[in-house]
Amino acid sequence: MTTPHLLSTGDLSREEALGILDTASEMARVGDRSVKKLPTLRGLTVVNLFFEDSTRTRTSFELAAKRLSADVINFSAKGSSVSKGESLKDTALTLQAMGADGIVIRHAASGAARRLATWAQGCVVNAGDGTHEHPTQALLDAYTIRERLGRLEGVRVAIVGDILHSRVARSNVFLLATLGVEVTVVAPPTLLPGTVASWPCAVSYDLDEVLPKSDVVMMLRVQSERMDDAFFPTAREYSRRYGLDDERLTRLADHAIVMHPGPMIRGMEISARIADSARSTITDQVTNGVSVRMAVLYLLLGGSAGEGGTP
Amino acid sequence: MGTEDRAAATPTPVLVRGVRLPNGVQTDLLLRDGAIAAEGAGAVDDAVGADVIDASGLVALPGLVDLHTHLREPGREDAETVLTGSRGAALGGFTAVHAMANTEPVADTAGVVEQVWRLGRSAGYCDVRPVGAVTRGLGGEQLAELGAMADSAAQVRVFSDDGKCVDDPLLMRRALEYVKALGGVIAQHAQEPRLTVGAQLNEGVVSDRLGLTGWPAVAEEAIIARDCLLAEHVGARLHICHVSTKGSVRILRDAKSRGCQVTAEVTPHHLLLTDDLAENYDPIYKVNPPLRTAEDVAALREGLADGTIDCVATDHAPHPVEAKETEWCQAAMGMLGLETALSVVQHTMVDTGLMSWEAVAERMSHAPARIGRVADHGRPLRPGEPANLTLHDPAASRTVTSVGAPFASKSTNTPFAGMTLPGRGVATFLRGVPTVLDGNLT
Repeated sequence: MTTPHLLSTGDLSREEALGILDTASEMARVGDRSVKKLPTLRGLTVVNLFFEDSTRTRTSFELAAKRLSADVINFSAKGSSVSKGESLKDTALTLQAMGADGIVIRHAASGAARRLATWAQGCVVNAGDGTHEHPTQALLDAYTIRERLGRLEGVRVAIVGDILHSRVARSNVFLLATLGVEVTVVAPPTLLPGTVASWPCAVSYDLDEVLPKSDVVMMLRVQSERMDDAFFPTAREYSRRYGLDDERLTRLADHAIVMHPGPMIRGMEISARIADSARSTITDQVTNGVSVRMAVLYLLLGGSAGEGGTP
Repeated sequence: MGTEDRAAATPTPVLVRGVRLPNGVQTDLLLRDGAIAAEGAGAVDDAVGADVIDASGLVALPGLVDLHTHLREPGREDAETVLTGSRGAALGGFTAVHAMANTEPVADTAGVVEQVWRLGRSAGYCDVRPVGAVTRGLGGEQLAELGAMADSAAQVRVFSDDGKCVDDPLLMRRALEYVKALGGVIAQHAQEPRLTVGAQLNEGVVSDRLGLTGWPAVAEEAIIARDCLLAEHVGARLHICHVSTKGSVRILRDAKSRGCQVTAEVTPHHLLLTDDLAENYDPIYKVNPPLRTAEDVAALREGLADGTIDCVATDHAPHPVEAKETEWCQAAMGMLGLETALSVVQHTMVDTGLMSWEAVAERMSHAPARIGRVADHGRPLRPGEPANLTLHDPAASRTVTSVGAPFASKSTNTPFAGMTLPGRGVATFLRGVPTVLDGNLT
């Protein structure tokens, strides 16, 4: 990769993005082996710096780094010097002094990953920053789409739900557009950014109208804390207009798939039947997440690894 | 030495030779006994024993007056003190500044405003005029003792909860009415609080892309529109702090055309910088109101040029390093302004042909002094007037550094660091006494 960090999907060229997906395909084979390990990052240290709880993403990154033989340190803000008031900059300098080669950061503040990258010398991977981006989630989504449908170019993806506050949506819109996917975001106007018309995607307020024309429906988590701020009247009304229930499923083409970044609220955003159906890629996304994160760490850190061990 | 010491001393007369006045006339000025004693040929004839400054190529402006300065003292002396801030003001060509009320404790009593005023006199680099809080503790619920502050030694005439909006319309109405009896003005920080919950950056393409909560233009415009209507209704003077949007300029233009007694200010940074600078989340660009779009900048320049916006005010907002070297959402809002203001105005308004030096004198000295009711400042440069003036070299340029000379501020949060700006402050005189000579503090 030409950039030393992965902070935003907007920074990736089409070639770079496809390079990550292709590398992830190679990495996936490692997961099929009896010994799921490569020596590629042996001797390197990856720090999982999580200021927000996220067992799923942290574990996925941890597993990815360990499969590449890196030493992994999990640094949780809770109970650390951060909770005593240490600044992000000081934390970065501390990790640097300890010789961290890669830092995977999850943080509640938009832009925290980019700020960290200005202070730390190691590679920084954004594992979700506020309402900004979650690039590896978008990469694993793209990987999953390509795996299921066999292509990305020309695929029609509907991203449904709280686009305004979703880092997953932001990363997906920009990455998928780069990869030639036709994206439509679907939400009530209160949950869409005011300048969404300038984004490389179509916009709709009507899920029923979009579903028949979609190859992929990507449901986003409804953030219950939004309900008090009048983004929509009630969970019930939201679910009726933007939830994916069994009736709506019939509007989808036979080949279409349903995605969700998790954690999902069964019944409200998505019916349990759909979540567990063959159309659902939810567990595939989790599996692919490890391969994609291995690819990202390999491409960012592998160049500095002393030993061979290409996948 | 402080002002009282300076006043006690008899300053050496100064002959400023060959200086260009704002109207373009080249002349000599004799400063003696705190006043402009003579001009032109008479100045030379009368200059026996005077120090001589060769001011050819320099522009003389009446000492600049800032309606909007944060000096941080009392309470946040780690960021700035009255002394360091007023030294920065002198370097920037200012001879009077208004110190905002959001100190700790808040300047909402006669005691606190007198303390700030006395610190200013003691510092002696410019006249420090405290701004009194409109509401107790900036709480937005009860009026502060506006009369006591007006009657104090500090003679407060500008009242503001700056940093917070007086958003209760009834309270705002009462405040506007009440200060009429004091010859005062309410300076409103126009920010509708419900529309700016969690706001981090101008609401637009950049905030949407960066995932930062937007600060919509309408949150400023709605308050300005409301307050103009209130000011008209009660026949009171209203001043709008740091106008930042195209729509605000339009509303002000309309209100003024109806005869509303509204005045407004714009900051140098809103005349130059745009929200896309925040692309890398560097909080050096985090300010309230936020940096807006190029379209807004163009409207602000136009509004300042045609007088819809009455004056330039710095909103000088020093913060210690740790308040800025952090995540964007946690970073303090504000940037330095005193020492770069005139250069930025030259760059954006004079060198672009939008404003003459005469207009600069009006927008940075006469108008703010008039709005703030500051006696002896903002006066024309002619015999008999107080010798409050600054000499500026428009042909010079400098690359701004954020640390050390020429900056006097305790803080370093300037967005202009690294930029080359035109113009250089050469000398500043407060009542005939130099506070800055050859670009350095005396």
